[in-house]
Amino acid sequence: MSGKIDEKLIRHIGLLSRIELTDEQVATFGRQFADIVAYMDKLQELNTDGVEPLAHALPVDNVFAEDAPGVSLPPEQALANAPQRDGHFYKVPKVIGDSQ
Amino acid sequence: MSGPRDLSAVQLRDAIAAGDVSAVEAARAYLDAVEALDGKLRAYNEVHADRALARAQEIDRKRSAGEELGLLAGVPIALKDNLCTRFGRTTCSSKILADFRSPYDATAVARLESAGAVILGKTNMDEFAMGSSTENSGFAPTRNPWETSRVPGGSSGGSAAAVAARMCAAAVGSDTGGSIRQPAAFCGVVGLKPTYGRVSRYGLVAYGSSLDQIGPLARDVSDTALLLGVLAGYDPRDSTGVDRPVPDYLGGLDEPVDGLRVGLVKEFHSAAAQPEVRGAVDRAAECLREAGAEIVEVSLPHSRIDVDGDGRLSSYAVACYYIVAMAEASSNLARYDGVHYGHRTPGKAADIIELYSRSRAEGLGEEVKRRIMLGTYALSSGYYEAYYLKALKVRRLIKNDFDEAFTKCDVLLGPAAPETAFKIGEKTGDPLKMYLSDIYTISANLAGIPGISVPAGLSQAGLPLAIQLLGDVFSEQKLLRAARMYETAAGVSRLVPQMAKAS
Repeated sequence: MSGKIDEKLIRHIGLLSRIELTDEQVATFGRQFADIVAYMDKLQELNTDGVEPLAHALPVDNVFAEDAPGVSLPPEQALANAPQRDGHFYKVPKVIGDSQ
Repeated sequence: MSGPRDLSAVQLRDAIAAGDVSAVEAARAYLDAVEALDGKLRAYNEVHADRALARAQEIDRKRSAGEELGLLAGVPIALKDNLCTRFGRTTCSSKILADFRSPYDATAVARLESAGAVILGKTNMDEFAMGSSTENSGFAPTRNPWETSRVPGGSSGGSAAAVAARMCAAAVGSDTGGSIRQPAAFCGVVGLKPTYGRVSRYGLVAYGSSLDQIGPLARDVSDTALLLGVLAGYDPRDSTGVDRPVPDYLGGLDEPVDGLRVGLVKEFHSAAAQPEVRGAVDRAAECLREAGAEIVEVSLPHSRIDVDGDGRLSSYAVACYYIVAMAEASSNLARYDGVHYGHRTPGKAADIIELYSRSRAEGLGEEVKRRIMLGTYALSSGYYEAYYLKALKVRRLIKNDFDEAFTKCDVLLGPAAPETAFKIGEKTGDPLKMYLSDIYTISANLAGIPGISVPAGLSQAGLPLAIQLLGDVFSEQKLLRAARMYETAAGVSRLVPQMAKAS
């Protein structure tokens, strides 16, 4: 069932997860993921034809709130933990442009 | 140990209200204990001594002025460090949040403080609540007060160790797959995971949003009931909260449940649990029978635990749980990006993706990375149906088993953990082995039902044993009364480790 867990796949998942990996981590995670995913494959033994997926243990209904403005965090507080800021903005490197 | 630390939370609250003990005396006694013991245990990430004493002073002032006192007036409480507090840091024991200061209080924290609780500090945990031993803390592991070469369990290991060592009157933790109940079992205290939706998750740092629930860790069932009464209640800021009245959990707690039907889970009585753990469950069934309960056998086929030739355990519920929890974690933890708050790589990043990826690589620990990546894998194109969707279907089957079981009994009885506290370092090299510490607790999170872990005496090696009772959704009142019946009949609660006695 599971696709082959190889170095290429681990690097791909690392990119999707936005986590830079060392070569050593790629090797270790590769071994561990193969073990863990093989364990997860145990679920394939069960016949789940016609079973409705359960995302939430209790029946949850949509909760509607009044469309009324409430009190929100003032900008100073909202930005208080920002690693880098410029006035009322978060500061980041270039998002579009010459990056590959 | 003598004085305020000898008293349970209920007793201390009453003694403070009667003027027999001052809130300041109580806070000071606990702060002194933290000072004396926490160098060895490392249960606390941060202690807020001055703030606690000022809050205690305010309680004493209120009392002498004859003002109304809250349900927890003057009771010193420890908080797991994934509950946001406006004071101090909220780190989740992660380097990525090492300096994070929350601009608001979690609803649970606000409720405790408005009931007069005196918050002593924030407790250590597995990073982002991912782990079963508190060894995954990004700062330092917590040690078990019963034997410091052993783990306290996890992820609420700091809270459990603090309650056991009498470094707080009671504590609050969170439980996504057993993170309250398993450390409670390892440390010889009571731990309750309430029904999903019973306690507001607003301000609890999210791990697995459909599984996470806040709950109390305390030295006996009465204290647990007292705390639940304060924590529970609808909060519009948690869209998954359930608007139901909160019963008086403490009132009537001592009355045995008339005609209580206790279901012994057939599948839990296997070689997966240590013989001493199985013995504790058998004795608990006997105790409850003598107290008037009827014992029936029930089956939870999809929570079955198999043991293969190599002694390796396997269970559908564990596989299902880890897929769901990791998938939810991969999405929830995307917010730690080095932009809005938390650690940002100090080096110059060429572009935004490099900034994200490097900040996360530097700030997150190995287990957190593993779970984010496995969750990403389970949700990724080509694997979504085989893993995530399949797990949600199995989750339905697990839930159906419980619905069926609760037509035959009021509570289910089984172990809380397969073993007593293991040695530090014993499982850190094998993540899968660590995940199997949760085999008896995770099904409750998948089904959303409440569960309580109750001390069951000591093993031959002098380590705490525990049993677990599970109830149907929103049956906490009955569950607590059943736990109290067991606690009274067994007479093994409020065990104190030697190091706390000596302090």
